[in-house]
Amino acid sequence: MQARKKYVLLGLCACCWLVLFYWGGGVQLRLLRLLTRHRGEVVRPWPNWTDRAFLPRYAHLDELQTDPGTAESPRQRRQAWSAIYKDSRCRMETCFDFTRCRRRGREGFRVYIYPSEKNDRVSESYRKILTSIGESRYYTSDPREACLFVLGIDTLDRDQLSGQFVPNVDERIRGYPLWNDGRNHLIFNLYSGTWPNYTEDLGFNIGQAILAKASLNTEHFRPGFDVSIPLFSKDHPQKGGERGWLVRNTIPPRRKYLLMFKGKRYLTGIGSDTRNALHHIHNGKDIVSLTTCRHGKDWEKHKDLVLSGSLSPEESLDSFICATCVQAACIPVLLSNGWELPFSDVIQWNQAVIEGDERLLLQVPSTVRAVGNERVLALRQRTQMLWEAYFSSVDKIVLTTLEIIKDRVFSHISRNKYMWNSLPGGLLVLPEYSTHLAHFPFYYLGLGVSPGQEFTAVIHAVSPLVSQSQPIMKLLQVVSKSKYCSQVSKTDFHRPDNIYRFLPHVAIETEAVLSLDEDTVLLTSEVNFAFLVWRSFPERIVGYPPRSHFWDPLKRAWGYTSKWTNDYSIVLTGAAFYHRYYHYLFSHYLPQSLRTLVDRTSNCEDILMNFLVSAVTHLPPIKVAQRKQYKELPSPQGTKSVPWANPEHFNQRQECVNTFANWFGYMPLVHSQFRLDPVLFKDQVSVLRKKYKDLEKA
Amino acid sequence: RIRMYATGKYSSRGPALIPRMKTKHRIYYITLFSVVLLGLIATGMFQFWPHSIESAADWSLDKRSVHDAPLVRLPVSSPIPERGDLGCRMHTCFDVYRCGYNPKNRIKVYIYPLQKFVDELGVPISSTGLSREYNDLLSAISDSDFYTDDVTRACLFIPSIDVLNQNSLRIRETAQALAMLPRWDKGMNHLLFNMLPGGPPDYNTALDVPRDRALLAGGGFSTWTYRQGYDVSIPVYSPLSADVELPERQPGPRRYFILSSQTAIHREYRAELERLKEENGEALLLLDKCSNLSQGAAAARKRCYKGQVYDYPQILQESSFCVVLRGARLGQAALSDVLQAGCVPVILADSYILPFSEVLDWKRASVVIPEEKLSEMYTILKSIPHRQVEEMQRQARWFWEAYFSSMKAIGVTTLQIINDRIYPYAARTYEQWNNPPVVKWSSVNSPLFLPLIPPRAPGFTAVVLTYDRVESLFRVITEISKVPSLAKLLVVWNNQNKSPPEESLWPKIGVPLKVVRTKENKLSNRFFPYDEIETEAVLAIDDDIIMLTSDELQFGYEVWREFPDRLVGYPGRLHLWDHEMGKWKYESEWTNEVSMVLTGAAFYHKYFNYLYTYKMPGDIKNWVDAHMNCEDIAMNFLVANITGKAPIKVTPRKKFKCPECTAIDGLSLDQTHMVERSECINKFASVFGTMPLKVVEHRADPVLYKDDFPEKLKSFPNIGSL
Repeated sequence: MQARKKYVLLGLCACCWLVLFYWGGGVQLRLLRLLTRHRGEVVRPWPNWTDRAFLPRYAHLDELQTDPGTAESPRQRRQAWSAIYKDSRCRMETCFDFTRCRRRGREGFRVYIYPSEKNDRVSESYRKILTSIGESRYYTSDPREACLFVLGIDTLDRDQLSGQFVPNVDERIRGYPLWNDGRNHLIFNLYSGTWPNYTEDLGFNIGQAILAKASLNTEHFRPGFDVSIPLFSKDHPQKGGERGWLVRNTIPPRRKYLLMFKGKRYLTGIGSDTRNALHHIHNGKDIVSLTTCRHGKDWEKHKDLVLSGSLSPEESLDSFICATCVQAACIPVLLSNGWELPFSDVIQWNQAVIEGDERLLLQVPSTVRAVGNERVLALRQRTQMLWEAYFSSVDKIVLTTLEIIKDRVFSHISRNKYMWNSLPGGLLVLPEYSTHLAHFPFYYLGLGVSPGQEFTAVIHAVSPLVSQSQPIMKLLQVVSKSKYCSQVSKTDFHRPDNIYRFLPHVAIETEAVLSLDEDTVLLTSEVNFAFLVWRSFPERIVGYPPRSHFWDPLKRAWGYTSKWTNDYSIVLTGAAFYHRYYHYLFSHYLPQSLRTLVDRTSNCEDILMNFLVSAVTHLPPIKVAQRKQYKELPSPQGTKSVPWANPEHFNQRQECVNTFANWFGYMPLVHSQFRLDPVLFKDQVSVLRKKYKDLEKA
Repeated sequence: RIRMYATGKYSSRGPALIPRMKTKHRIYYITLFSVVLLGLIATGMFQFWPHSIESAADWSLDKRSVHDAPLVRLPVSSPIPERGDLGCRMHTCFDVYRCGYNPKNRIKVYIYPLQKFVDELGVPISSTGLSREYNDLLSAISDSDFYTDDVTRACLFIPSIDVLNQNSLRIRETAQALAMLPRWDKGMNHLLFNMLPGGPPDYNTALDVPRDRALLAGGGFSTWTYRQGYDVSIPVYSPLSADVELPERQPGPRRYFILSSQTAIHREYRAELERLKEENGEALLLLDKCSNLSQGAAAARKRCYKGQVYDYPQILQESSFCVVLRGARLGQAALSDVLQAGCVPVILADSYILPFSEVLDWKRASVVIPEEKLSEMYTILKSIPHRQVEEMQRQARWFWEAYFSSMKAIGVTTLQIINDRIYPYAARTYEQWNNPPVVKWSSVNSPLFLPLIPPRAPGFTAVVLTYDRVESLFRVITEISKVPSLAKLLVVWNNQNKSPPEESLWPKIGVPLKVVRTKENKLSNRFFPYDEIETEAVLAIDDDIIMLTSDELQFGYEVWREFPDRLVGYPGRLHLWDHEMGKWKYESEWTNEVSMVLTGAAFYHKYFNYLYTYKMPGDIKNWVDAHMNCEDIAMNFLVANITGKAPIKVTPRKKFKCPECTAIDGLSLDQTHMVERSECINKFASVFGTMPLKVVEHRADPVLYKDDFPEKLKSFPNIGSL
């Protein structure tokens, strides 16, 4: 019986199915279509024409290869261009005289500053800009060899209502014999136009001059010609500059506030609508909008707030707040349609900020919430990197501007985008050394390659070679026995100028350099071990004898010590591995004044090298294991006085540390508390197991 | 086993059914069934027959010819769009509201159906009509994820009017046709593709067709016509690349140093090149058309030099650098051929906006020389290091493969660029655009890349994983609590059957102590990013590691501060390649090398807890939980893979557990245990697709470790004691 019931039921079902089929055919048809569609037979909206193979080519090969060509000579065309494309249509090709920068590389790029006249008022900020250029390695006092000219007249503030406004600029610059309608001139400007609409008008005709201006509007920006710079206050440090405020990568990277806006609220003028609209996304909990109605400078009070917000929207004219924000490692959310971002030529802003459209303001909260933790972490670190590389001091802002222009002038010896956007930043990467990424110590991981397998030993010899028993002979033997050693080169200049030890010798073909003093005592296994360590840390100095610096609160100065301490910040280059690029950086990045100091005192070159490398890497050097304390054996000559025993020598070094810190604008040296030893160093294991057993012999 | 039994029971019931059914019934039901079936078939025929014509038409779009496209007649007086506004930017001329917010961050693109536009006299607006390339482009886009057939949801519109080559167009009529498009609306959000702009005599660098606010993807923009951030510069497609297959060649020095293969070079430039050749001889090869061959396809594939005939584009592979000079137009199809050959293009075209320059870093694949400096070309190129030339060759080939090789590549890249502008927060990165797959595979971008030494003050959080060894756990807690920088202690209680001891029984320590009870006894609980961990630094420690001194732990923390992106741990291990077995082997012997540190006692950044819990590739996490082993090896793999760096072993070798245990690490010596761990390494290496672990020969000790120096003056005197 049960079975029968079942089959009756089945029959009924079939009947229903039939009825459904008759009356609701459309439903099934749709169902069927949906099924076929889902089964991967994608509807092809652009038809697969039957005669597609017979369609004509868009152009004949002849037409593509045999360009019709014009009768006009290229030379004539280029001349005609400069007549057409000028003023607001300026480009490097038409408004810049390349012949002035004829000579290659650094030598060719020279910047001249017009002397300022006595009754000129020069603002604090502009004075800093001029100082930066004056101290840079591109400065020249001879206008004939200059490639770029900078005015002595303060053009930073072109707001007629401002107290710093300089009148009659037009007449004055026209009087300059070198003005040449602004060709090869660079004009700095921070504020232009006046209330209420703040136009881009500078109040004088800049002609063919390059404009380096803060808050440039894309409409007036001449791409590839002008440079957009960040706005900075008169208190912005000349050198060094504060480090970013990001000291920890806390996880999860959220802060108390998700989104905050801090700024003035204007009733009229640019961006007032957006600012008013910002109020609508304020929710008092994690999205905060703080606005003032007065023109006030009370934003400093909110420094802590900037710190606590993890993302903050920014607006066009407030690039100053943007800079603060970047320093505070909160991620700028840019809502500034039509604003050319600072150094947009070279910086990839989309890797550091969240760009939104002013028109889509109300979407901002959801956009921002959708940003993943990983991305917040990356964006935040990148803002810090940019801050430290390009914004933290007037020096950096000005040098970045100059380097951008120089890269354009010598386009085939210039940095690529990768160099500008990864650590340690474009200013520390000199394209004259090489334009190849793998030639620098910074990009191994990013390129997925590892440093070379060999090193070059450079022995700094001062005393003439007279006998076979000199320590230098022993050293030569020891070093050349290392299987990683590719060549040994000797710098015997018969002069004690220590500077020569860091000259970028063409002879050095390997990435690693082992710098040695002639009286260094080393073992082959020590050299081998240190080299392997260097390969793990190719951007740092890896060496043996450590030294340390400290702050002396009594003298209010930096101190230097060679005593045995629990930490160190310097390793002596009398025996150290480092990348060959630092040789180049030493001789071309550092100013003549420091190198003269080193030369004159024939001292401190190793401290300077440590300063340089630490300034580049922000990291301490690395000390590796060593059999016994370096240079403690009595010198074989015995009687010969060693310079480091001399107290005068020591005082000099103390002074050096302070002079160097002064030039860098901060103390780049960083302390470290460990040294690297072989894995089984002095462990209670059979000596036979140990690869570097020599290191343990007393 | 229970499940197997159950299935057996069910299947045993099956066969009994059939004999029970009586034959009478059977006939009845079979008849019923066949009636139903017949009915079904009949309805099916009835239902589908009338529709089938229509639906066939629907599905056989493929069977249509281009000539069937509907004809549209343009009245003479029909409106002409305005000339493009040079001030257009995304925020002024583009209607972003149409794109809206969408979770996929992808724009929707609509393609107008093909129509044939003719003027009042019946003359078509274009001499070619739809070209093969434009057809390829449109069908590629319609196959892509960007496509939508719903015009109301579209953010970007692509007309089916082919404007790739301006020479075949009637400018005025084409403009009128554009304006006739139903959604034209002043060209808002419309995208036009053009490769050959301008016409004689002055050859404009952008399409001359008036087009209101439409975006232009153009080949051959100059810096004056290119609207930065609005237009897209695209390559001039070379049809040769579809016909000729050039296999990829290993980068390296080639037979010629510089090759010039273009045929229509201005005589001034040719003279300049001849002069260079005279100076430098064999290194340069200057080719021109063959005079004996007439125009045509054959001529396009041959080049000659003094009567000697060379195959084009094959000859391009024989040179390190290939000159791409501007002609009347800035964009040259030769660029595509040169890139395909893996030859580094030397581009001499002042003011030219290079293809896709918004995202591609051309400095890594080409040399751009101002036209003025043509005479210095040889010296400039000679100054480029060999290794860089090789990299450029590789990069050039990769650019061609990814962005130049087909109309599909060109079209999709253009849309991706526009997509990146509209959703900048989801844009592809520089590395994604520019790194060839080989580099993408081998390079690493550490998530904690900023060289930061975090402050000492926040301290670290110790996370102790425990099951039920309460006594040993308490000893560990007491030991760790002596470390000055300890900020918090977190006990992960992994035993579900037993409650942790009462609060009063726990050792009294100076920092907060929290117990987290887990739901399941899983090893991965140790690496969960608990909210209770408020510091960056985490010390993972087993409940039986009682031998670490406070100095050793504090020193480990100090070393971690200098390497916040690495694992900093105490017991080190090594992986080795077993040549006999042809696989990886785990090694815990006393070796001179280290490639892993055990997380039985290791410092690391809390970020890696996130990665371990949420981003572990493949099924590694489940595998570890199932085997109750190797969580530390997995962590080592994870960190090494993402940072490309080796772990840091700190302090000398010693016994970490109870001194009375003879084995080094108790359990670790167990033979099967070792075999399993070797298996782990092989398993993980296959999941990661590579061996990320890095072998080093160093460990970190305090600066004055074992130095002849008074112990009491050392910061970390108690290190390495047994």
